Amino acid sequence: MHLDHSHHGPSAVSADAHRPDGTRRALRIGLGGPVGSGKTATVAALCRALREELSLAVVTNDIYTREDAEFLLREAVLPPERISAVETGACPHTAIRDDISANLEAVEDLEDEVGPLDLILVESGGDNLTATFSKGLVDAQIFVIDVAGGDDIPRKGGPGVSTADLLVVNKTDLAPYVGSDLARMAADAKAQRGELPVVLQSLRSEEGVRDVADWVRARLAAWTA
Amino acid sequence: MSRAALLVLADGRFPAGGHAHSGGAEAAVKAGRITDAASLEEFCRGRLHTGAAMTAALAAAAALGVDPTGLDRAADARTPSPALRVAARKLGRQLMRAARATWPHPELDALAQRFPKGAHQPVVLGLTARAAGLGPEDAAYCSAYEGVSGPATAVVRLLGLDPFDATAVLARLAPELDRVAQDAVDAARRAMTDGVDALPARSAPLLEIGAEVHAGWPVRLFAS
Repeated sequence: MHLDHSHHGPSAVSADAHRPDGTRRALRIGLGGPVGSGKTATVAALCRALREELSLAVVTNDIYTREDAEFLLREAVLPPERISAVETGACPHTAIRDDISANLEAVEDLEDEVGPLDLILVESGGDNLTATFSKGLVDAQIFVIDVAGGDDIPRKGGPGVSTADLLVVNKTDLAPYVGSDLARMAADAKAQRGELPVVLQSLRSEEGVRDVADWVRARLAAWTA
Repeated sequence: MSRAALLVLADGRFPAGGHAHSGGAEAAVKAGRITDAASLEEFCRGRLHTGAAMTAALAAAAALGVDPTGLDRAADARTPSPALRVAARKLGRQLMRAARATWPHPELDALAQRFPKGAHQPVVLGLTARAAGLGPEDAAYCSAYEGVSGPATAVVRLLGLDPFDATAVLARLAPELDRVAQDAVDAARRAMTDGVDALPARSAPLLEIGAEVHAGWPVRLFAS
């Protein structure tokens, strides 16, 4: 990160911790993971949990539509001006890792238009187990998998599972119905990730997104410290 | 001139946002105008001699040092479709970010300040070439090549076209691309003395119409 960088005019480099006017920019957290694992549902739940205490916005990266953005709008988790959709040309991982320019514009425009913001959630389009975010785009990333996608995914590993700052194993309520072994998933994840945290969650349970929201709060406290 | 700097700028992986745009190919595929390598070649040939010839001249003029604000206005005047003007400015803004991080230069800073939401992409491309120590030929080649390589790559994704066939299309267009780039540089040199009206104003009505239709689709893979 270029924490001591300064630029004339609009910022040129993405990871700068400060905006052109010298104020601290929002913390950016990426959410990636396979199609259907519950990224959008997690984003919606995080918005509901955090919107009273934080100023936040969301960038979605749909594969071929504005579906995810429209889901969030329909659920009314945030006012529409706080949700922005990026088009990814059939390559969601390119837009979050190899060529992050459209996403950077989206986060900067949100800060300009509805800021000041504390937090921006950047949701990737559903992709494969190797899709991770560039450090030039996000400060921390959450990888979301689910029990119905197969309980061997943590064992298979891959950059998302093994290196994300937080691994979420979603839809634990479905485990008995799809024959997934939660204890085995947790043990495999631990073996892949060492000390990096793992949350097993069901958004249908009373706790819902609580653990993930607490993790986000901790990251934000560290960012603003 | 550094030949290596040209390779950096012309690299399809240069992170300037182009991967999300099909150059009109998605609309043409949906309309049944591109179905295979032969029709891709005709599409690219049309694009090369219209839109790409114009953007190559704008880029060459910017690389020569023609006033970028005037060039940006000239680009607006040569782009009837509002959707294409939006796409060109979006891509210009994205290229500007990559260019300023790659080849910092006061002229890039000044253009970014003048157009915070983006100048037309070929204008930014020309100034980027200048910042990289490249000349008008290089800028013209990059712009003309992008004009055909973007659709070719997109059609590989859209139709599952054999990538070898798509690349062979680009190779077959190379001699024509040489002539388009040379004409663009000649026009840009005239613009140095005669003003931006000396730049070509060729447009492809079907590309403009296709872009407007495409912008209204609820479901699409590419941004333009």
